[in-house]
Amino acid sequence: MLRYTMSRLVSLALSLVVASVVIFAVIEVIPGDPAAYMLGMNAAPDTVAALRAQLGLEGSAVERYLRWAGGMLTGDFGISYTYRVPVAELVAARMQVSLPLTLYALALSTVIAIPVGLIAAARQGRPADLAVMGTTQFGIAVPNFWFAMLLVLVFAIHLRWFPSGGFPGWERGFWPNIKALTLPAVALALPQASILARVMRSAVLEVLDQDYIRTARAKGLTRGQAVLRHAFRNALIPVLTILGLQFSFLLAGAIIIENVFFLPGLGRLIFQGITQRDLIVVESVVMLLVFAVILVNFLVDLAYAAVDPRLRRRA
Amino acid sequence: MTLLSIRNLSLDIHRRPILREVSFEMRRGEVFGLVGESGSGKSMTALAMMQLLPPGARASGRAVLGQTELLTQSEARMCRIRGREIGMIFQEPMTALNPVRTIGDQVAETLVIHGAASRSDALKAARQRLDRVGLTADRFPLSRYPHELSGGQRQRVCIAMAIALRPSLLIADEPTTALDVTTQAQILDLLKGLVAEEGMGLMLITHDLAVVAGMADHVAVMQAGRIVEQAGTEALFRNRRHDYTRALFAASSHRPAAVAAAPAADKALLAVEDVRRSYALPRRGLFGPAPRMEAVRGVSFTLKAGESLGLVGESGCGKSTLTRAILGLDPVQGGAIRLFGEPAGPGMPNRLRAGIQVVFQDPYGSFNPRWRVERLVAEPFHLLAPQPGRDERRARVAEALEAVGLTPADMEKYPHEFSGGQRQRIAIARALITRPGILVLDEAVSALDVRVRARILDLLAALRESHGLAYLFISHDLHVVRAITDRVLVMRAGEIVEEGATEAVFAAPRHPYTQELLAATPVVPADWTEGTPHEALV
Amino acid sequence: MRGGATLILGAALTAVFAVAALVSLVWTPWPVEAINIALRLKAPGDGFLLGTDHFGRDMLSMLMVGARTSIAVAILAVGIGIAAGVPLGLLAAARHGGLLDEVIMRGNDLVFAFPSLVIAILITAVFGPSATNAIIAIGIFNIPVFARVTRGAALSLWTLDYIRAAQVAGKGRARISMQHILPNIANLLIVQGTIQFSLGILAEAGLSYVGLGAQPPLPSWGRMLAESQTMISLAPHLAILPGLAIVLTVLGLNLMGDGLRDLLDPRLRRTR
Repeated sequence: MLRYTMSRLVSLALSLVVASVVIFAVIEVIPGDPAAYMLGMNAAPDTVAALRAQLGLEGSAVERYLRWAGGMLTGDFGISYTYRVPVAELVAARMQVSLPLTLYALALSTVIAIPVGLIAAARQGRPADLAVMGTTQFGIAVPNFWFAMLLVLVFAIHLRWFPSGGFPGWERGFWPNIKALTLPAVALALPQASILARVMRSAVLEVLDQDYIRTARAKGLTRGQAVLRHAFRNALIPVLTILGLQFSFLLAGAIIIENVFFLPGLGRLIFQGITQRDLIVVESVVMLLVFAVILVNFLVDLAYAAVDPRLRRRA
Repeated sequence: MTLLSIRNLSLDIHRRPILREVSFEMRRGEVFGLVGESGSGKSMTALAMMQLLPPGARASGRAVLGQTELLTQSEARMCRIRGREIGMIFQEPMTALNPVRTIGDQVAETLVIHGAASRSDALKAARQRLDRVGLTADRFPLSRYPHELSGGQRQRVCIAMAIALRPSLLIADEPTTALDVTTQAQILDLLKGLVAEEGMGLMLITHDLAVVAGMADHVAVMQAGRIVEQAGTEALFRNRRHDYTRALFAASSHRPAAVAAAPAADKALLAVEDVRRSYALPRRGLFGPAPRMEAVRGVSFTLKAGESLGLVGESGCGKSTLTRAILGLDPVQGGAIRLFGEPAGPGMPNRLRAGIQVVFQDPYGSFNPRWRVERLVAEPFHLLAPQPGRDERRARVAEALEAVGLTPADMEKYPHEFSGGQRQRIAIARALITRPGILVLDEAVSALDVRVRARILDLLAALRESHGLAYLFISHDLHVVRAITDRVLVMRAGEIVEEGATEAVFAAPRHPYTQELLAATPVVPADWTEGTPHEALV
Repeated sequence: MRGGATLILGAALTAVFAVAALVSLVWTPWPVEAINIALRLKAPGDGFLLGTDHFGRDMLSMLMVGARTSIAVAILAVGIGIAAGVPLGLLAAARHGGLLDEVIMRGNDLVFAFPSLVIAILITAVFGPSATNAIIAIGIFNIPVFARVTRGAALSLWTLDYIRAAQVAGKGRARISMQHILPNIANLLIVQGTIQFSLGILAEAGLSYVGLGAQPPLPSWGRMLAESQTMISLAPHLAILPGLAIVLTVLGLNLMGDGLRDLLDPRLRRTR
């Protein structure tokens, strides 16, 4: 187990290094001089030089990369050109919206999808299964941001159960914020839950075809017992893969959906960064997003080993 | 005392008849053998009794276990009967256990699910049961996972699970078919001991006549969903009243007529000289060299023109690895392989490759399903320079098909239109198309039913004579090797432990391993089979 | 058969939008460039079948041209995925366990860490927004998907005896990959292509919605939704219609994919 974890950790570190090189290359090398790019074509050379000095953009690409990567390791993400404050502060503030939203949606999606998928599999071909399959067929076809707009139309504008947007901030207490995040989280979660429920169902059905389920039935387990005691844990292996992928979809979805609800999250930060050509902000937020995805994949790899003893090797 | 009584059991699946009027009785403490070829309905008979049939199945008739009519029980009642009254084990031990739960847990589950014991008591009972099937606590603690066990050990776990509640009936569906012969002998011994000790009835389902001969008190022979003959084992074997029984018998001990052409003088077509093959195991970390597995450790032999040479060994002995090296698919790490006097290996010229062709085991995986037979059989023409033109190509494919007993018209068909035996014929035709000197037969008849196998063996014997072929015949099946080879090599753990004329080796094996193999191979007692008419082959 | 009905329904839905997109190349009920503030925000049926938007443009015409944008972006993105992913997957499978396999699979994992939105953000930050960015971003995301599917399916074929027979017949890995592997995984790739096509439509809509995809004046469903947002209580049809178009197109493609899978891959049919 230790050996497996170590090898995954090494792979995590390698992925981060390569990903950071790619991001750095796209943002800071392809445009030529990032300072000149940010100021536009008509900037005076000495203004550009001043900005370069201010943002720490002097030196060769390799030097700059090492400085940037080293800075990130110590929590220094550089200084925003537009806000003139450390990017780390901006990101930390925005994360307080985006991260809870993503996790809220992930939790909702999992809590809904796993039982629904199990029930559909256990009732294969019966009305409950057909209802699940029909509903999820629609669920996976719905763009989450459009679903969010419909939710606003119904639950915020007509019924007034939830706010139509905005975020009070955590200093105002827990519940008002949860309320503000509920519609966005539901909009994100339901399409993903549709996918997850279908994967869960087909994984369980595939496992139910395996020889060891027949063995279990020959021991006297009912079909339901066989699903819960034998199929469930084996079916989790493909479901974990999808959960890992879903995290990145949810993160991307959260960034889009912040626009619907005017949430001050990473999405708003990054889109403002793009319009204002604040490359330092874009670079840092993208790195953070990629880091989150790689980290989640690492956790999924560890979860595989927890579920599947074949991955844990005896010392 | 009657334990189980089956009366007029019939079964349809999606209105297709599977079983017709099957009737038999079993007594307590008795081993009942149910024999037949694949598709004869023997497994379905057992699954019908267990009510574990696939969807769309309808059974009629009666199946009474003790006082209980099985076919009319509700699903809830059946769940209480399965595992408690009837235990069952299956063919494929590698997949029969849940990979993510420990063996102790899975054995104990039988007791827990039936409410027979608390979890801690169930685990104690599981320990006892595993001890009983020969998996001792020191080497096989309850916390072991299935993937840490071999096939034979997993089958023992399955048996422990099936007998955990001491059922009165144990159904074993081809319990040893997937196992090596020495492991098979141990598992059969174990089952026999359990029947004697626990007084339960054992229903042994198998395709192997020799296995039932050594195990069963009564035997029923099934064909196409019916029992064609049943009797006490010895009586059935001696009398063979039904035509089908006779045909099955003749085929299972069938030996093709001896080949007239004696091996040509010492001309070695294939020379294997001190060959070593090792391959990298999965890496255990990102750094450091991957561990290596020595699969073949210094093997030497020669194959002479016109000779039929057998290579026998159990799974994992290195015979497949050696075969791949001989075919030039993998490089060797030591020693040399010479074909027709020239060095052979992955880089050998096509002209050499054309001289050695192969027939594989699986008649279903051997052909690209999207190609017609003509293209399939002609594929090795790739090796010839210049490649034959379209007319010559068709003529030669037609000739090859005729040589293996098919017709030129079969050229236009797709592989799925043929039966397993016919597909093996197509595979042989493909191997003959370049007119090779050597044919490698890699378990080429192992997947076939006995009657089909007998005819393919006859075909191979005839082709050897007509085409002047030398065979390297690789098999785990000693009967077949004895039937078709002149000389035999016995391989174990990457080495050849014994070599000699086939009859001499079989009659008087010198190496202890060969002796063990032969002793483990089930045989029908010689005096039961006297007067087996070879002509009765259907 | 259920599979047949699914396929027909899915193909019919898809065909409706595909035909609308094709027709929009030569004809739309009203010109989409025509801005007429006097006719703005008309409800469906009021002189215009599906109403008008805030510039007085005909919604039906806008949706038709939007279908063209969506379908073109998604198809080209699938094309990029197949063109790069399938050869990589075949190569990795042919060199299974080797260094090349390892490198390709690690590269795949790395690309998976960049959701298409993130790729689009990166490209847009440097080159500015355009429909081409959307194609490239979704296309790059598709590459590892196809590489992985191809490799997985090819690996299971590489263990079959007919591949060994081809090797014994002297054929090299490239020839075997083309003659034996590719034709036998084509069905799977068609099904995966349909799935990625529908995901591409969804992704394009998302990118256009946040302004990273198609730019004005080119109509696109995602941007129509973005523009409708401030008027959602005033003219709900502006928000509902483009969304329905997306849902129905994606639904059609998904149903078609399911139907094709049932039809082309009997192994998968069993587990339904």
